[in-house]
Amino acid sequence: MNKTIVLLLAFCAGFSIMCFELLGGRLLAPYFGSSVYVWGSIITVFMLALSIGYLVGGKLSLFKPSLMKYAFIFIVSAISIIPTIFFSEAIMDAVFEIVEDPRYGSLLASTLLFLLPTAIMGMIAPYSVRILTVSKNSSGHTAGFLYFVSTLGSAIGTIITSFYLVLWLEIDQILWLTVSIMLIAGLIALVVNFKKSQPSSAS
Amino acid sequence: MKHLIIFLILVFLSLNLSARTIHKERSIYRNIVITEKNQRRCMRFESRQRSISSQACIDLDNKDRLVFEYTRSIMAGLAIKPLPERILIIGLGGGSLPNAFSKILPETEIVSVEIDPAVAKLAKKYFYYVENDKIKTSIKDGRVYIKRAIKQKQTFDWIILDAFNGDYIPEHLLTKEFLAETKQLLTPDGLLSANTFSGSKLYDYESVTYQSVFNNLKFLRSPTKGNRIIFACNCDRFPVEIVLDEAMQNKLLPFGIDLSSLINRLSSKVDWDTSVSPLTDQFSPANLLNH
Repeated sequence: MNKTIVLLLAFCAGFSIMCFELLGGRLLAPYFGSSVYVWGSIITVFMLALSIGYLVGGKLSLFKPSLMKYAFIFIVSAISIIPTIFFSEAIMDAVFEIVEDPRYGSLLASTLLFLLPTAIMGMIAPYSVRILTVSKNSSGHTAGFLYFVSTLGSAIGTIITSFYLVLWLEIDQILWLTVSIMLIAGLIALVVNFKKSQPSSAS
Repeated sequence: MKHLIIFLILVFLSLNLSARTIHKERSIYRNIVITEKNQRRCMRFESRQRSISSQACIDLDNKDRLVFEYTRSIMAGLAIKPLPERILIIGLGGGSLPNAFSKILPETEIVSVEIDPAVAKLAKKYFYYVENDKIKTSIKDGRVYIKRAIKQKQTFDWIILDAFNGDYIPEHLLTKEFLAETKQLLTPDGLLSANTFSGSKLYDYESVTYQSVFNNLKFLRSPTKGNRIIFACNCDRFPVEIVLDEAMQNKLLPFGIDLSSLINRLSSKVDWDTSVSPLTDQFSPANLLNH
């Protein structure tokens, strides 16, 4: 039960990360165009953010890992996406003003807009591994299955966003959708944590 | 299996026979090939699809003649805006538009914006595109150029959008916000011309978007091909009657342009679904709509 839910939540995180990344291209295009280097900037920043997230998430899992803290990561990541919705234009306007070269302009704008939320979302994967792992022997299997699920989430997030969501919704609406997914995922983790700590369900 | 491979090789060879490849250039975006057939030299984006469309062509026997119907159609703008001082072209291609303008309007400053440096290089090498103090090229994304030009308080009398030939449509160049930016860059009464799609649902969306930014529009629909030139002005209304200037008519003949027939074909008929929503930076699934 617990395991299925953690996997489902990791799936949601994978979904949201790629959904967010694809929208990144849309957000930057009006200011920096859609040249290859704009995508290069976005992918660089996402990969960098994820690597930082993995590192921090792994470290965090050393200290009294709990579903409560796990839920907290989801909720914070949801909140960290919200500034992108409200301030992306102002931020890109400022960057456009300061940086002439669209390569470094798009790199700076991507960093300001996407680094923090993506790094927080990146913390989820290693933390999920810690929660799921029951023994040293099965840890590789657990990690492998978790990567399978969260990367599958990323694949589905990519295709759903690029094939359908951009046709049905505005960018800000899709961003609110990812915020909601991460928030609901966090709340689910909280509920599970709360139920577990109740003596009735523990027996 | 073996037969199939031989068959495929034969098909491939016969395809290659139809036009001779004289140059191949690698670019950061795609491979570009220069082909020649029957004294016609063309620039193409390499693609596995068979129906590759040429980006630019030149007639080697008559280099002035504009080979594409749509480039000739754009010249109808000269009837609306006979003496532009500065022209901005988004999408250089082979440079046939700036080349023609430099001959028709020697005093005019022509700035072409091209995203792909390899295209600009090939335009100079194979399509007789020449830069000088009147003819300039900027290697940039069109939208980035326009945003920067607004900040520098530049203005243009005529802006031509010709970045829509490839198989991928630059979606950020179709939105209401982008058109509002081009309008900001136009002088009062300045003219905007755009080569647009008309073979898909995108037609309705694009028309509604142009309509939402510019008050009134005029069109030149291609009788044979699936495109349409939109003319829009930074003014309240287009002149009711566009008068043919005989001198201009004669000046355009060597380029294969019959100005009077272009003027006669100009229409302002609304023939699209006006209920669709305009494309915006928030909503611009142009590539999905073009299927």
